[in-house]
Amino acid sequence: MTLEPARHVRAVPPSGIRRFFELAEEMDDVVSLGVGEPDFSAPWAAREAAITSLERGWTSYTANRGMGPLRSAIATDIRRWDLDYDPDEEILVTAGASEAIDLAFRALVDPGDTVAVVQPCYVSYTPGVAFAGGEVLDVPTRSEDGFKLTPEVLRDAGASAADLLVYCFPNNPTGATMDRTELAAVAAFCREHDVGVIADEIYADLTYEGEHTSIASLDGMRERTIVINGFSKAYAMTGMRLGYAVGPAEPIAAMNRIHQYTMLSAPTTAQYAALEALESCRDDVVEMRNQYDRRRKFVLSRFEEMGIDCFEATGAFYLFPECPGSDAGEFAEALLEEVGVAMVPGEAFGIGGDGHLRASYATGLDDLRTAMDRIERFLRTF
Amino acid sequence: MDERDELLELLRENARYSTADLARMTGLSADDVEDAIAELEAEGVIRGYRAIVDWESADREHVTAHVELNVTLDRETSYREIADRLAGFPEVSELRLVSGDYDFSLQVEAETMREVSRFVSDKVAPIPEITQTITHYVMETYKEGGHRFDDGDGDDRLSVTP
Repeated sequence: MTLEPARHVRAVPPSGIRRFFELAEEMDDVVSLGVGEPDFSAPWAAREAAITSLERGWTSYTANRGMGPLRSAIATDIRRWDLDYDPDEEILVTAGASEAIDLAFRALVDPGDTVAVVQPCYVSYTPGVAFAGGEVLDVPTRSEDGFKLTPEVLRDAGASAADLLVYCFPNNPTGATMDRTELAAVAAFCREHDVGVIADEIYADLTYEGEHTSIASLDGMRERTIVINGFSKAYAMTGMRLGYAVGPAEPIAAMNRIHQYTMLSAPTTAQYAALEALESCRDDVVEMRNQYDRRRKFVLSRFEEMGIDCFEATGAFYLFPECPGSDAGEFAEALLEEVGVAMVPGEAFGIGGDGHLRASYATGLDDLRTAMDRIERFLRTF
Repeated sequence: MDERDELLELLRENARYSTADLARMTGLSADDVEDAIAELEAEGVIRGYRAIVDWESADREHVTAHVELNVTLDRETSYREIADRLAGFPEVSELRLVSGDYDFSLQVEAETMREVSRFVSDKVAPIPEITQTITHYVMETYKEGGHRFDDGDGDDRLSVTP
């Protein structure tokens, strides 16, 4: 057949979340803890800036790398994480952090290169490496480490031979964060074994204990790290599709090479919204973070009362409790069918996630309360 | 944020959060939550709790009016004294001294427009220090106490996403 999908595409299975999504969609009265995006809308000021840009007719392409003022605003914003990048050469605005991740793989991975993928993780890293022709090396983190990345875990997985390491902290699906000391140990490993890093920091602003640290701010790491971030999570702008990558000029130029031929420029309307978000919506971010933090404590406390083991995750908007049943997939399905609560089985997020469930608390407190009461009821009959 | 501020913020969001839920969200013990709220009440920081009612949904006649009041003061009479007289009426649900073109801003609630009109003309206007009243009837409420009165946008997110 002429239009037969390519082998490397056929080799990648559809997302494991999909089947679960279809189950949940068929049911009424589901309280979903399965949503990987904020329940808030984008701050009104950002939305209004988007509307204004449309009213003024600013609907053309922008520069490939993104509007100059937006890149400057990003450069200023990320200084709070000790990241210092030149807006002209070292920052690329993309259609969502997802595009930035894809660009990083395609720009940096040669056929046969090994990319160490820290798991459990967001569902697109492993397929992204495969689409770029690379080989995935699974690096499963351990529940006894609170799903943090350690040099031991890297060593055990054989990551010293990897060309690149990709991870996400604060983590989806576990909510784990890495502090400066823990990152320094990972950084030392990467320097020793000459491994490049793609650090997905999309949840950086959603850190509840202490401050977020970027690995690129550590000694000797700037030249070997691409930092990915964006507006989807902190500013609740998922549908706007706006992210960015920062890194040394050469790899950013390589990523832009692909971007300029495939995307041309990130959505213009979204860029205006993002610029306004950076200029005037910090209070909204703090307010949303406070809300998430309360919900986090609420759910942690309810899990504890029910006897569900869950490490105290301090980032993103996920908790990753141990599954009270022996098979997380079956448990999640029964929970959905019998009491209408959706939690995604951990194995959907790769190796190391099995035996766990992802509970997203990006949902209003009333729904969280209902969900917890239903889970409690379910456990009594389980 | 200190504990008292955090509790205030939560109670302003929803005064019906249970003590147990407030404790879960703040990490305080239930006893500490109770004590802190009792303290806030005793100090007069928290003056009360009330439901936000959409009378239209309740299918009940209910009229709200905002009344602008101008007053003249003399040596014997202060704003406070006039305020005390006005605040005594149960029809007055809110009373504030404001800057600008008039002195007091009064919110009057009753079941009918006639009751409101009569209240303003019979009880408010005759007070000797009051020189002028301008009554604005509320025609539609869109937001009150931080709550929107439309059906909201709902949750348009997919039920399960990565």
